[in-house]
Amino acid sequence: MNALAAATTTSTGEAIQFWILGTVAVIGALSTVLLKRAVHSALSLAGTMIVLAVFYLANGAYFLGIVQIVVYTGAIMMLFLFVVMLVGVTAADSLKETIKGQRWLALGCGLGFGILLIAGIGNASLSTFEGLGAANAAHGGNIEGLANLIFTKYVFAFEITGALLITATVGAMVLTHRERTERAKTQREMSEERVRGKHLPPLPAPGVYARHNAVDIPGLLPDGTPSELTVMQTLRRRGQIRDVSQQSLADLKALEQRSGERLGREDADAVARGAQSPSAAENSEAAK
Amino acid sequence: MNPVNYLYLAALLFAIGASGVLVRRNAIVVFMCVELMLNACNLALVTFSRMHGNLDGQIVAFFTMVVAAAEVVVGLAIIVSLFRSRHSASVDDASLMKL
Repeated sequence: MNALAAATTTSTGEAIQFWILGTVAVIGALSTVLLKRAVHSALSLAGTMIVLAVFYLANGAYFLGIVQIVVYTGAIMMLFLFVVMLVGVTAADSLKETIKGQRWLALGCGLGFGILLIAGIGNASLSTFEGLGAANAAHGGNIEGLANLIFTKYVFAFEITGALLITATVGAMVLTHRERTERAKTQREMSEERVRGKHLPPLPAPGVYARHNAVDIPGLLPDGTPSELTVMQTLRRRGQIRDVSQQSLADLKALEQRSGERLGREDADAVARGAQSPSAAENSEAAK
Repeated sequence: MNPVNYLYLAALLFAIGASGVLVRRNAIVVFMCVELMLNACNLALVTFSRMHGNLDGQIVAFFTMVVAAAEVVVGLAIIVSLFRSRHSASVDDASLMKL
């Protein structure tokens, strides 16, 4: 990295580092594209970006290397992970092709593009390089040199970048802001609703009188009908309520099977199946 | 090793990112592939800066980072608001204007 090394080759250590970390970067990039889940893609991309930060440092761009780690892997990738969390971790890609043969065409385009780029670089006469030693030393260091350029030659671009950042911030706030369509309830209204509504005491617990007190099993009313009120609202909305009557039959079937196994009865399944109605047998198989 | 290898790596990463943009449907992953392409460009700029012995390439890479940060903020906000209204992050589902 010093000025005297300006020749046609770098140090052996840098070459070894390049070949090892370059492989890691390509693998990370490929898994960003190929992995199905967005979280895995984000993590592979973060790995690739860290490798690129090391490459920036190796290339003498000390400031950019640190900025890459702080801004890209630190801020941008975490923002990505937040959005993956908001949008849904399990939102895997649909594998259905909307345009026929689009995937292979796209892969062909990507491959051809890569070949063209690499051939173009191969044709350019880039056999020698200068190194950053002199440029870094001119103002006393990499950061000082960058600061000198930013605040003199590129000062207008720098100022406009500030305006861009402000605009982006405002834009993000406008895009994700949601107006309240109805007025928020006051504390008084909430208390009146509670006292004058149907349920003065707390809501009943799930599974009361139901021989099973899991949260997703509704409690039974005195006449034996299950009451959906006892199950959490979230589970109700997702439709994840289990039926009590089926549950006890499934338990009985499991118990019979276990005791049959313990006693060494080989026809335990057949006995149990014969003893129960067909629907109960089906149900217990589903429970398995 | 000649630093031109860094350029080959950058070209490879850019091509991988480009094909990812074309292949994937999940808007977030498409966006990540765009980020990968931007990073590949940055690597090329930093390498050019070293090859030519001046710092202008690093300045351009720095501005690219800033613009990428702004772009990510706005893009992710668009994806979030799209997901709110359509309950899907797939780029194929936003086809209201299709005949």
